[in-house]
Amino acid sequence: MSRFSRIAALLAASLVSTSAIAAPTDFAITNATVVLGDGSAPIPEGTVVVRSGKVVAAGANVSVPAGVSVIDGSGKWVSPGMVVAVTDLGLLDVGAVENSNDSGARKSPFSAALDVSAAIDPEAMPIRVSRTGGVTRTAVAPSAESSIFAGQGAYVDLAASGNTIDRPRAFQYVELGERGGRLAGGSRVSAQAILRNALREARDFARRAGPTGARRGTATVGSVQPASPEAGRIAESDVARGTDVQLTRADAAALVPVVNGTQPLFVHVERMADLRQTLALSHEFPALRLVIVGAAEGWRVADEIAAAHVPVIASGITDLPGAFETMAATQSNIGRMVRAGVRVAIGNMFDNDQPRYARQYAGNLVALTRLPGATGLTWGQAFAAISSVPAEIMGEGAHFGSLLPGHAADVVVWDGDPLELGSGAERVFIDGVEQPLDNHQTRLRTRYRHPQEGALPKAYEW
Amino acid sequence: MQLISKLTGTAIAALGLMLATQAGAAKSKGNDKPAAINENPYPSTYHPYAGEPTAIVGATVFDGAGARIDNGTVLVSGGKIERIGDASLAIPAGYRKIDAGGKFVTPGIIDIHSHLGVYPSPAVEANSDGNEATSPTTPDVWAEHSVWPQDPGFSRAMANGGITSLNILPGSANLMGGRSVMLKNVPGRTVQSMKFPGAPYSLKMACGENPKRVYGSKGREPSTRMGNMAVDRATWIKASEYRRKRDAGKQETRDLGMETLAGVLDGKILIQNHCYRADEMAQVLDMAKEFGYKVSAFHHAVESYKIGDLLKASDTCAAIWADWWGFKMEAYDGIPENAALVYDAGACVIIHSDDEYGIQRLNQEAAKAQGSGRRMGIVIPDEQVIRWITLNPAHALGIEAQTGSLSPGKMGDVVLWNGNPLSVYARPEKVWVDGALLYDANDPKRRPVSDFELGQPGEGDVK
Repeated sequence: MSRFSRIAALLAASLVSTSAIAAPTDFAITNATVVLGDGSAPIPEGTVVVRSGKVVAAGANVSVPAGVSVIDGSGKWVSPGMVVAVTDLGLLDVGAVENSNDSGARKSPFSAALDVSAAIDPEAMPIRVSRTGGVTRTAVAPSAESSIFAGQGAYVDLAASGNTIDRPRAFQYVELGERGGRLAGGSRVSAQAILRNALREARDFARRAGPTGARRGTATVGSVQPASPEAGRIAESDVARGTDVQLTRADAAALVPVVNGTQPLFVHVERMADLRQTLALSHEFPALRLVIVGAAEGWRVADEIAAAHVPVIASGITDLPGAFETMAATQSNIGRMVRAGVRVAIGNMFDNDQPRYARQYAGNLVALTRLPGATGLTWGQAFAAISSVPAEIMGEGAHFGSLLPGHAADVVVWDGDPLELGSGAERVFIDGVEQPLDNHQTRLRTRYRHPQEGALPKAYEW
Repeated sequence: MQLISKLTGTAIAALGLMLATQAGAAKSKGNDKPAAINENPYPSTYHPYAGEPTAIVGATVFDGAGARIDNGTVLVSGGKIERIGDASLAIPAGYRKIDAGGKFVTPGIIDIHSHLGVYPSPAVEANSDGNEATSPTTPDVWAEHSVWPQDPGFSRAMANGGITSLNILPGSANLMGGRSVMLKNVPGRTVQSMKFPGAPYSLKMACGENPKRVYGSKGREPSTRMGNMAVDRATWIKASEYRRKRDAGKQETRDLGMETLAGVLDGKILIQNHCYRADEMAQVLDMAKEFGYKVSAFHHAVESYKIGDLLKASDTCAAIWADWWGFKMEAYDGIPENAALVYDAGACVIIHSDDEYGIQRLNQEAAKAQGSGRRMGIVIPDEQVIRWITLNPAHALGIEAQTGSLSPGKMGDVVLWNGNPLSVYARPEKVWVDGALLYDANDPKRRPVSDFELGQPGEGDVK
């Protein structure tokens, strides 16, 4: 009894000390291999200095200012935390437990207006497991279930602070490939018609509302958050709409910032023909800020994607024709697109394809550089594809995703090369605040170090 | 022509008989009984392709059985492993010498849990042939009758994963899903031409969420875990009765399902049991005792770390992913240290895929599991980790006498890696199956392209 209560007390104390949310600490990590995340090669014997939650300096020949605590990074690697777009982190506890899963709404009367920020749980275990795995930021996307429009995604950090949502209603997500066709009633033809009609309705809605012609405000429509102050204004307005509209008022309002270019449109397509159709949307709706998700056949039109300056969030190592739309899939896809000048992030990770695996995919793309006929990424490019590039695609490149001065101090200390399979995260900082890395898994690991029961059942070991 | 085909038929029949005998066929009954059941009616027609005597020189060799040889030499001839040794091993004249300095050699990688061919790419409904989900027990179905040899996944498994042998199982909708089939990863026009010669059959079983969900949703038993066990036990009772009658010569009507189950009770057909939770595995081990069979391996055994001692005692392998977690309720207690803890408890670890992508990197998954172990103080040498994807699956599949390590006389299933296979930066450079070079990263034509991919965009790409 006394032994166990003592252990429990010690454990409880250590938990409190690690999970208490402190203010950002000023610190420096020295003698480590430093990864800036901006595409450059790792820097041996480097230093990272963090103050007030921001990176002050990182690299070689960086001096440690007086008054900051120093962490000896000998033998360690230090990098920005992984940034993975797009994911379902925080929207579910267990994917297959339907009641815990808010990633999609098959029977919702709303579509584009759906706002995932209303459902993100910063304490969801997948967030904690991902943080332990070195992921610090993500773009959370809803899953399209009732319409080609999944709704509005959010930018989220994985800090244990509880203030997880960095930017709600950050983007709109739409399905235009095979899945989009099924959601649209049976064909891509219908998906394209629905998309174009929806954007026209949004444009018309905004035009009728006029710059000042409606009530001001950012009030919500029911429980549905407006996409922007402007969308909220017109959703709340009494502006008349045409009699043959397809969209609900809330959905039309939510698409206003998409059609006027203040909110990016993430489009999931895979095959070459769909990629071209997607790029062509800009002719009719020139303000669209397109981001392509998927793009398994992107390498076949890499020059066109690059010329359109449309960035891509691709799956890491898709190389099978899992569907007809991914017929030409190859692991060299990302390397070939990057070589053509496309900005490509590794992401698009949902369900059991968990964001913590992103660094393994990045490592695999480095491996391709040694495979005859394949096109991979340099080490620096590969790490950038899971840090600064997704941050740039999210429009947050000036805020996080690298260890350049002024960026958020999202810093991970690894026990080795972070793209290597055997390496793991030892310490994780978000905005300069050290994060707890314990979770359900780490506690089970400790309890079951030896499977046999001791003097008391396993249930007393905690 | 007729004579030849007749002869061939006889030869195949003889081969079938021989294989059945190898696997411990039932003794024939009294002379007045009808002819013995042909236990191998869809025999392997696989034959090794031509190879040349080859010496791989200077590589780090992981032999699959737990040994490591630095600056090693591997001799392959006649389709077999001839000998392995250190630099002092003499290379006979006439061998193709491959300078493999800085590279690594392992046995061909073996996946004990794949659905290639039964759930192929493209994943269209028309090709979805992995679950006969019309009855909770379908021991009568054989996965080989669903396998589509043109699944492009086979080629990716070879080129990226160094897979030379793989066990194709039915899915887990059913408590008893049917027989699995062991394949050599060699493209063929027919499944028979891919079948691993002499491999015993396995029966796929499943516990937990899937069977109770599939049948519970149809309003029939099982809808609970206790229902799972009840249906299993009732079926084993029938199988025991069937076997008794059969052995007494009183069985007149053939029953395909019962033949499979009796084969399990005879010890000729192995059990590969999908089971996540520790408590359920313990129930299944007792059920196996109750009816007198053995579980060869628990698959997807995410909680095996909780019962490493029980698995060791029952000589049952844990076939697991490195770090899949949380995607369904029974995977909620999965931990990345699972493999290391089971190894530490002295039980048999296998890394499996259950996935057309995972099968392309079993080596990488094993390396992740090794790293997770090291971080908690369980240090496992590379040469032992390689065993998780070579000799251990061969053992659990009953083919360890033929493959799974670089022992002289075994099949010449060999992978030359361009770096340590436990590094993310390594890929297969050459893959031999029975001594035949079937993949060469340096030769664009020495890689398989399935019928399905011919004439399609991306045909013959590096993938």
